[in-house]
Amino acid sequence: MANGDRSGSVVRGFALSSVFWLLVGLLLGLWLAAEMIYPALNLAPWLAFGRLRVVHTNGLIFGFTLAGIFACSFYMLEKLTRTPLAFPGLAKAQLWLFNLAIALAALSLFAGMNTSKEYSELEWPLDVVVVVLWVMFAVNVMGTLVKRREKQMYVSLWFLIATVVTVAVVYILNNLAIPVSIAKSYSAYAGVNDANVQWWFGHNAVASVFTFPILAMFYYFLPKSSGLPIYSHRLSIIAFWSLVFGYLWTGAHHLMLTPVPEWIQTVALAFSIFLIAPSWASVINGYYTMGGNWDKMKSNYLVKFFILGITFYGLQTVQGPTQALRALTSFLHYTEYIPGHVHMGTMGWVTMVITASMYFVMANISGREIHSVKLANVHFWLILVGQLMFTVTLWIAGIVQGVMWKAVNPDGSLMYTFLDSVAAMYPFWAVRFLGGLLYFAGISVFAYNLYMTSRPTAQEA
Amino acid sequence: MNINSLYEKPILFAVAAAVVISVGTLVTTFIPLFLPSTQPVSPLVKPYTAVETEGRDIYLREGCNNCHTQTVRPLRTEVARYGDYSKPEESAWDRPFLWGSRRTGPDLARAGGKYPDAWHYRHMADPQGMFEKSNMPAYAWLAKKKLDTSLTARKVKALGYGYDGAEVARQLAAFRQTVTAPAYPSAQVRSQVTPAALQGEITELDAMVAYLQKLGRDLKAAQATVARPSAAEAAETKNPYAGNHEAEEEGEKIYKENCRSCHGEKGAGGFGPKLAATTHKYGGSDADLFSSVAGGRPGGMPAFLPQLGKDRVWKAVTYIRHLEKERR
Repeated sequence: MANGDRSGSVVRGFALSSVFWLLVGLLLGLWLAAEMIYPALNLAPWLAFGRLRVVHTNGLIFGFTLAGIFACSFYMLEKLTRTPLAFPGLAKAQLWLFNLAIALAALSLFAGMNTSKEYSELEWPLDVVVVVLWVMFAVNVMGTLVKRREKQMYVSLWFLIATVVTVAVVYILNNLAIPVSIAKSYSAYAGVNDANVQWWFGHNAVASVFTFPILAMFYYFLPKSSGLPIYSHRLSIIAFWSLVFGYLWTGAHHLMLTPVPEWIQTVALAFSIFLIAPSWASVINGYYTMGGNWDKMKSNYLVKFFILGITFYGLQTVQGPTQALRALTSFLHYTEYIPGHVHMGTMGWVTMVITASMYFVMANISGREIHSVKLANVHFWLILVGQLMFTVTLWIAGIVQGVMWKAVNPDGSLMYTFLDSVAAMYPFWAVRFLGGLLYFAGISVFAYNLYMTSRPTAQEA
Repeated sequence: MNINSLYEKPILFAVAAAVVISVGTLVTTFIPLFLPSTQPVSPLVKPYTAVETEGRDIYLREGCNNCHTQTVRPLRTEVARYGDYSKPEESAWDRPFLWGSRRTGPDLARAGGKYPDAWHYRHMADPQGMFEKSNMPAYAWLAKKKLDTSLTARKVKALGYGYDGAEVARQLAAFRQTVTAPAYPSAQVRSQVTPAALQGEITELDAMVAYLQKLGRDLKAAQATVARPSAAEAAETKNPYAGNHEAEEEGEKIYKENCRSCHGEKGAGGFGPKLAATTHKYGGSDADLFSSVAGGRPGGMPAFLPQLGKDRVWKAVTYIRHLEKERR
């Protein structure tokens, strides 16, 4: 095994699992995008939009992103602690249980077993499995940290610890339920409280899956691939604590102008604006790390992924808080603008950083160079253009929708029926589908390139 | 202790992180759970019946909340489009809440009582048949599945709806009798979408329609005793567009978008009464027709004044007048 790592095969297993669920999740996304245009594609109950969308979101959040986080976390842990994983057998068991759980999750969601709470739809038996998986992960993270040989913990490890703690707290509390059968339960909270708890979870699932661990990768793999040390350690301390503190207050910005108590909405709005500062502290730290070495954007195939990734993170973390403003939320909420926002975060920031980190990790544990830098560049441009086509189109679509919903005649009556606003969306949905197709092509190139990098070469075999 | 040693002690660091994330959690999420003002309860809003509970579970199973919201925001255009804004009391019995996050389809918080059951049977079975540009999936197959009621008693007990298994059985029997009776007002459309073998049973589609008719119903009932919106328009008696050909053409467009799905092509009739006729159920004067369109009528005629405005309601009336003439 290269570099004396004990967990190379587990890292490889999680990376390839992650890519598999990524391809599945994106294919489902394409099908959903087509269903928006041709409702006849809702061919069977299990393929109907309402069920399929849930498999798409869960497959990509839990299947792709979590597996990618596990792969890169185990890798970073060993490197940053200069210590082998504390319980390699446990990590291997976690890999198998993880894939089994994701497969069962997909099947149960296709079958319509879901709690309807967004990104938390799994029914209670699978919630128990998710908690078990998380404990397995936490034991390895904390165990390795306790046994470590490197005295100081680098910023990536702080974000990893925050991920472990936050996911545990929000996932368990949001999924408390009263079971009525093996496949059916009701939320422990009613009405307004259920909404408030759900979006506290929803927002912090974004924090602890799409932000903390991805920042951990960014802070580790950008310096590693560029050979440049991170610009400011002090800035990363400020960014970390204020981000982790601020995030938990903002859930209700998903519930602006609903029956949730107004003070909770206003507090959420205030903290959403506050969060721009620590988010941009990481963006600035990334940009300043490049310092006078911007030529590496061209000369190093990985650096551009991380820099574009953190740029989309920066755009997201300004766009998100502005969407919480009452004037804008009244105009944009419930429109296509919001899926546009979410997809720039996931397709831009999260996927760019994870796929680039995986190239680095896979080349390193295989003890050789990446299969093809050229293909990695093709992958980069396809997912960049595909994502922008997808997200910018949805922003415009959302604004059109918002205008149509709010347009009034001089006598105060409504200018458009709801159906008018649906009919106006079809051209936008077609462009979104094409953007998704480009994106999928880019990810297919990535999958091939990563697989070829991970394959044993002729002389090794 | 040197503060920097925090970055050398992983367990201590994890505890510190847990403390830092709990502050916002406590204030915005945990404490509100124990404040009765967060989720007020009103006797005006009733728990779901046994059938409505099952219908709601089908709504969850099919993920309807992925495209439909159930919360009307206190915004002028939103109230005009959907109805009165949502009150916290209305969600008191909702586990889980179903406010949603995206409106690919319209909000449903005020769907109850807006249309007759027949409208929903037809629409669920074939949305594009009613609205060509709609992208809603068809749910005709729900009518082909008998409603599973084996867990209903356990469900209402877990949900704390305050009635027992015997009451569940009574409600199910009563509901079955209602929807299968020949006198059921939507019997004709129900029999068209329901296979022969299940016509005497409660289907999943029956339960879904029952649930949709519950949405916002209690609030509307409470408000009906307080104020009638159409009363303010009683003074409208004279059609400013009488005999105006352009208004008639505009009226035809308004009719196609808003009225045709129920009253049929050129007023031939459907779920709603035939309009290409010389006599009308609620009177045939200009004032009567205006009042019907503007304020709605019992049994499924929605009030169109808030969304269309006075001007377009009169144009629609002008077109209806034209239909009468064509018939002669």
